[in-house]
Amino acid sequence: MQTLRAELHVHTVLSPCAEVEMIPPLIVQEALEHGITLIAITDHNASANIAAVQTAAQGTALNVLPGMELQTQEEVHVLCLFETLTTLLAWQTIVDQHMPDLKNDPDLFGEQFVVDPTGDFIRREERLLLTSSTITIDHAFEQVHAMGGLVIPAHVDRKAFGLLANLGFVSPSWPVEVLELSRHLPPAEAAQRYPQLAGYQFIQSGDVHRLDEFLGANEFTIASPTLAELRLAFHSQAGRNYRHTRR
Amino acid sequence: MNLQEIVKELELTCLTQPQDLSVVVPTSGYASDLLSCVMAGAKKDGLWITLQAHLNIIAVAALLELSAIIVTENAPVEQPVIDKANDQGVILLATPLPTYAVVGKLWEMGLHGV
Repeated sequence: MQTLRAELHVHTVLSPCAEVEMIPPLIVQEALEHGITLIAITDHNASANIAAVQTAAQGTALNVLPGMELQTQEEVHVLCLFETLTTLLAWQTIVDQHMPDLKNDPDLFGEQFVVDPTGDFIRREERLLLTSSTITIDHAFEQVHAMGGLVIPAHVDRKAFGLLANLGFVSPSWPVEVLELSRHLPPAEAAQRYPQLAGYQFIQSGDVHRLDEFLGANEFTIASPTLAELRLAFHSQAGRNYRHTRR
Repeated sequence: MNLQEIVKELELTCLTQPQDLSVVVPTSGYASDLLSCVMAGAKKDGLWITLQAHLNIIAVAALLELSAIIVTENAPVEQPVIDKANDQGVILLATPLPTYAVVGKLWEMGLHGV
C-alpha cells in the first residue's frame, strides 16, 4: 500500500477558462511541489491535452488519470474519470456527437489550445467547449459506468453548474459513489449546510484553472494509482481508504 | 381560471394520464430552470414553467404540491419522468413555446399571482 495525495479536477489550456500557464510541464511541476502524486486532467467536454500531460509526467512521481468535465444537458458539471486514455477517447467520440455546432469566440470565452508535452502550441480547438452537451446526467452515469468509468458530480455546492443549484438534490436513481465539493465547503460542514448531502462520500478539489489553485486535499491509501483502486478507497474496501486532509 | 382553460388557450399537450383539468385551479405562477430556486420560491397550487425535464422536477412538484408543470421548448421528457409524474399525481404539460411566451400568455389570461 502507498499513500497518495491527489487532485482529481485539473484543467489545461484547452479549457477556455484556464490560464495560459496550465501547460503540461508546469502542471506536473506544480503538482509535485504540493506533494501531489496523482492528478486527473478534466477539461470541459474535451480531452486532447491528456496524452501530453501524461508524457510530461513520465519519469516523475506524478500519475495522470484521464478524465473530462462534462457539461450535461441540465447544465450540471460532472467529472468523468476513466482507467485508460483509450476508453476516454471512446467516450469523447460519444460526447462529440452530442455537442452543438458552435464555434468558440476566444474574445468572449478564452483560447482553447492543444499543446505538446513541452507546452508548445499544436492547434486551436475551434469548437465551443464551454457549453452544454445534449447528454443528460442520467445517461452520463449510465454510459460512463457501462464503460468502467467513474462519474463524480463536480463542485455540487457551486451556484453555477453545480448539481444542487440546477437539480436540487442527488437523484436516488444515479449510482453515485462520491461527490465533489468546491474549495469553499469543507466536507465536515457539507451535510450541515445541505441536508440532502447527508450520507455521501466527498472529495474536495481545487478545480484547478491556475497553478496556484492546487489544493491536494485528498489522500488515498491504495496499492497503485488506478481508478479501480480509487473506487476501492471510496468504498473503504480491501484495506484501501480515502481521507480528506486539507492543510 | 382553471387548468383546462389554460391548456386550451396555450394549446398545451398533456403528457400525463387524462384527468379532469377543469377542477385544477392554479393560484400563482413561477418560472425557473434552477430547481434549488423553485424549491425555495414556488408556492403550493402554483404553476411551474421550465425547460428542465429531469426526473427531479417531479419530486419538486410533488413536494411543493404544485398544480402542474409546463415544460417549454419541447424539451424531451423521457418516459420514466412521465411514469413518475403519474405515480405522484403530478400534471405534466408540454409546449414548443419558449418560457417567456408561456409566461406572457398566462399573465394576459389573468394569472398574476407570484
